[in-house]
Amino acid sequence: MEPVVHLRGAVTLLGRFPALAGIDLDVTAGEIVLLRGPNGAGKTTLLRLCAGLLPVTRGQAQVLGQDLTDRRLARSLRRRVGYLGHAAGLYDDLTVADNVRFWGRAAGAPPSDVDAALVACGLSGRLSQQHVASLSAGQRRRASLACVVARRPELWLLDEPHAGLDHDGRDLVDDLVLRAVTEGATVVMSSHELDRAESLAHRTLHIAGGTTDRAAEGVASTEVSALVP
Amino acid sequence: MFHDAALVAGKDLRVELRSKVTLQQVAPFAVLMLILFGVALDPDRGVLRRASSGLFWVAVLFCALLAIQRAFTIESADGGRDALRLSGLDPAGIFLGKAAAIAVQLIGLEIVLAAGVIVMYGTEVTGWPLLAATCAAATVGLAAAGTLYGVLAAGLRVRETLLPILLLPVLSPVLIGATKAFEAALGGAPADGWPWCGLLVIFALLYVAAGTLAFGPLLEES
Repeated sequence: MEPVVHLRGAVTLLGRFPALAGIDLDVTAGEIVLLRGPNGAGKTTLLRLCAGLLPVTRGQAQVLGQDLTDRRLARSLRRRVGYLGHAAGLYDDLTVADNVRFWGRAAGAPPSDVDAALVACGLSGRLSQQHVASLSAGQRRRASLACVVARRPELWLLDEPHAGLDHDGRDLVDDLVLRAVTEGATVVMSSHELDRAESLAHRTLHIAGGTTDRAAEGVASTEVSALVP
Repeated sequence: MFHDAALVAGKDLRVELRSKVTLQQVAPFAVLMLILFGVALDPDRGVLRRASSGLFWVAVLFCALLAIQRAFTIESADGGRDALRLSGLDPAGIFLGKAAAIAVQLIGLEIVLAAGVIVMYGTEVTGWPLLAATCAAATVGLAAAGTLYGVLAAGLRVRETLLPILLLPVLSPVLIGATKAFEAALGGAPADGWPWCGLLVIFALLYVAAGTLAFGPLLEES
């Protein structure tokens, strides 16, 4: 079966700095892969690369069958990907429901999926009619998550999805990830909530200095060494 | 493309309706400009009446800069730009939607300014069809060129100061054409204004076409 994410020696330059200096990664459908590594290791860059937001300077990169080295194809991929980044990507002057409706409709989601996303993220009722500017950090994170859920992506790319959430919120993220995988989606995530994230993930990929840390992989994961040539 | 344009225009106009920036800040700014022009040029109505076309379009131009800045500020805040890139929306649709939302706001501002010019400067309208056609063509041109240069500057840290420097020279044909057409519509011979209106239509079509083609690469690269 064709991997959902296939990277071989993928290099991404941010200016002249190699933010990714030769990443190898294969993710198969239905997997939950956790990216581990210190700050500045390249986790966010890798997730942004997989979303088609960053150019691939060298190497091979295919996501959902699209060749990311062709920027036009990278754009066509984005409707099928859900990316939760550090920034919320929400419009402060609109309500939560308006925001989720807008991003959902942009991906072609029917109104029922938008309503379901609001309920799934605990944002139904009065909260859905609240302006984003008046939300707490945790509620904003839930609203961002609802935008991803409403799009029903095939590939979820979650950059520290537990950040800023209370215990219930972190449980909610785990439930949503598991439900998405049950429905056939694939998840690649980074998190500093290691106990929680590692219990959720099928395997862990260690990144350091913008490249795959193969020595660490062997320690932390039994599966990953089989996937990296 | 048109579905995406309607979605983006609807969202932008909803943001403006909720934030009321155009209504509570840009429109008063426009009226204030008319008052200041009146004070600066002496209350002698003869001078104001003769200069009213140019003053009207200078005021529209400054209001357009504010509306364009605002249209891209809402996308720059809180990762909105990345979210827009990830949305899967057709870039041409995003361009048309944002330009349409700016055009709607400008039309509203032009109505306020036109009322102000007629009341405060004592200007007489002799060619309503020419006036309306000039406003429509110039507004589309301003919105299209503004949206194109707005996305170009949006990714830069110095966007607030850079945008006027980039945009005002580009918009000078609109200022000239619209002023000439307005002079014909406001107390002159309307027939003399139609060629200028034609120039504005050409400018608008060129920038709508350029924006539709170039907005995607600019959104990606800038």
